[in-house]
Amino acid sequence: MKFQAKTKASDKIPTASMPDIIFMLLIFFMVTTVLRTYEGLNVLLPQARKIERLETKRHVAHIFLTKDGLISIDDKIVPTDNVKHIMYEKRVADPQLIVSLKADRNSVMELINELHSELREADALKVNYSAKTAP
Amino acid sequence: MKAKRRIRPGDIPTASMADIAFLLLIFFLVTTTIDMDKGLALVLPPMGEQKEVPKKNLSTILISDRGKILLDKEPVEIKDIKRIVKEKLANNDKLIISVKTHKRAKYQTYVDVLDQLKQANATRISIAEPGI
Repeated sequence: MKFQAKTKASDKIPTASMPDIIFMLLIFFMVTTVLRTYEGLNVLLPQARKIERLETKRHVAHIFLTKDGLISIDDKIVPTDNVKHIMYEKRVADPQLIVSLKADRNSVMELINELHSELREADALKVNYSAKTAP
Repeated sequence: MKAKRRIRPGDIPTASMADIAFLLLIFFLVTTTIDMDKGLALVLPPMGEQKEVPKKNLSTILISDRGKILLDKEPVEIKDIKRIVKEKLANNDKLIISVKTHKRAKYQTYVDVLDQLKQANATRISIAEPGI
């Protein structure tokens, strides 16, 4: 008696659904990439050598400070006195909050010191001075 | 004479669809720039907390409005801070560096000083309140 192979499965990988899989991948990457979520103000960042990357992107609040003393949080211009209220609420909502301070390199320290004390009053103590790599 | 009409099959070839989609995928992967924030991290001292620090564990850096630096009452250049602080840290690893700035001092100078301290691996950096 002779045995015959019963299955006639083809040894080819079906490629008909390949585009669908790749499109899914494409859409996944397009959805998950977080693009810039803030506009900010026009600032010239200071330059530094030993700069580190922020470990996370989720727990970061951006504060912009121009050399004229304009402060912007979440694309809203706020007076200096209001920073502590806004930051305090942010801090309560997210205890791991890191403040990324994007201040102009030509701004005077008076403005920075005011921001420091506002942040200290709001208990938002983790600060990151945003800087560019020095050439 | 009557021309015979050729009937063409009406389906689009899908064999290269995967390649096209791959190209799109790679294009988007390459062109999206994920701009990570980079900068100098610092933890501010909490409000209202004053600690007595022995004088020998404290170094002060003063920055003037013209960008001149005083490190422990001695004028220094910015680029020398790293070396001096490194030496001081080697002698005393509990050293706290307190940075105090004039209110008209430039932010870039302050960042330069912080950068030097970071390069010297100083971890205990304190920001002194001005006017005290």
